[in-house]
Amino acid sequence: MKNFEYVRPSTVPDAIAAAAAPGAAYLASGTNLLDLMKGGITRPDRLVDVTRLPGLDRIERTADGGIRIGALVRNSDLAHDPDFARSYPAVAEALLSGASAQLRNAATVGGNLLQRTRCGYFYDTASACNKREPGTGCDARNGENRLHAVLGWSEACIATNPSDFCVPLVALDAVVEIEGRSGRREVALEALHCLPGDTPERESLLEPGDLIVALRLPAEARAFSAHARYLKIRERTSYAFAVVSAAACLWVEAGKIRDARLALGGVAAKPWRAHAAEKVLVGANADASAFRRAAEVALADAKPSGDNLFKIELAKRIIVRTLTLAAAGTPARIPALPASPFASVSGVPA
Amino acid sequence: MNLSISLTVNGVRRDVELSDPRVTLLDLLRERLDLTGTKKGCDRGQCGACTVLIDGRRINSCLALAVSHDGADILTIEGVARGDQLHPVQAAFIAHDGFQCGFCTPGQIMSAIGLIGEAQAGNDPERIRECMSGNLCRCGAYAGITEAVLDAQQTLATANQRRSA
Repeated sequence: MKNFEYVRPSTVPDAIAAAAAPGAAYLASGTNLLDLMKGGITRPDRLVDVTRLPGLDRIERTADGGIRIGALVRNSDLAHDPDFARSYPAVAEALLSGASAQLRNAATVGGNLLQRTRCGYFYDTASACNKREPGTGCDARNGENRLHAVLGWSEACIATNPSDFCVPLVALDAVVEIEGRSGRREVALEALHCLPGDTPERESLLEPGDLIVALRLPAEARAFSAHARYLKIRERTSYAFAVVSAAACLWVEAGKIRDARLALGGVAAKPWRAHAAEKVLVGANADASAFRRAAEVALADAKPSGDNLFKIELAKRIIVRTLTLAAAGTPARIPALPASPFASVSGVPA
Repeated sequence: MNLSISLTVNGVRRDVELSDPRVTLLDLLRERLDLTGTKKGCDRGQCGACTVLIDGRRINSCLALAVSHDGADILTIEGVARGDQLHPVQAAFIAHDGFQCGFCTPGQIMSAIGLIGEAQAGNDPERIRECMSGNLCRCGAYAGITEAVLDAQQTLATANQRRSA
């Protein structure tokens, strides 16, 4: 690991000033950053430790009935907050399906939003990677790429965003509060992450010094709490990144879908909101044929970036299954059982 | 910035002068404080061998920068027994053959102590397995580990009931 200067500011303005310098990076828990630094993938000159900044570790109701989550709230604390889990169960389910208990105890909400891709070529400093070193090429394009993107990718980069947490958040119109050199601003989570295009090194809208201070979910998102699920398909039962995941949130009245939210994980460089599929669902009966139509629409623009044609079909099936689970109702206990996607599906033997 | 930090490790205050900010909590415990019970497996947060409790929460000490945890209360495997009396989780790992080579065991035990404190798994073996998935055992002692965690959890619950009765 390259050596660095360590600073621990005690106010947000001091943190922004320290992190705006070239080569500086924010450090929260470090569960992703230290791993990247040990591998020489990220080589900051200065770490700005934000863990002692005041007031960023609270979960609070907003005046309009939404919820505001400080950037330093730990993943496990958020997932186990009773009011939060009751109001936004798909988000709690996504949090608890991510990483391991140890990592969830350390990892922060703000850090999770900026989690880096797990593309093996990004991690291997001997490989060409336009994201790690712009202009060097993409060894994933003709390499081991069965887990890479099927939506929104470019010739320059086919990496996926690995976050579980972001998938239901983007479905539920989460908003990110950012403090920066020019003051405070808000960005819809859906707009925070960038698709690769010709500049895969640019992963988010954040500018040097920008600090995510909080995340908000609107009050309207509570309308989906009775029919909300997150389903994650992995290559082992637990403690693995998603091959494909989906968050489905339905507002069902008398068997009809009054409103719907749908997003996919593991398929693109950003958490993928399926707006067109939602339109298919709204007004339809909450049944298998509507779910299948929504799945077709959601993946209409998908194309394989390598040996991953299967992910398109898998994503469709996961959408149908997640919508089916959501329509059946949010389980009394969240997570139903994140380790075993097979244990909680009616009609599928455990 | 001053890189001297102060930790409480297994109930004892330890002041450490760091020569370098890169030192992880894992390396600090092993190399500076001679507490080598905490193991370095992958050193990348994937195996759980380095699990310790920070302020009561289980974490991977290999991904914790020591300097960032100035003031923290750390519990390692060396601090869980009372003299010659094993912690109930340690005793249960022996009773249920929860290990073979033993390298992952300190991390498994610290993770199990954390898990029992979190009180999320109940007595459902499937939930225990899920909650222990951050600790790999390449000898494959998982069946014994699950039994040990269930047993120790019961022992601790009974002891707590007696204490509050």
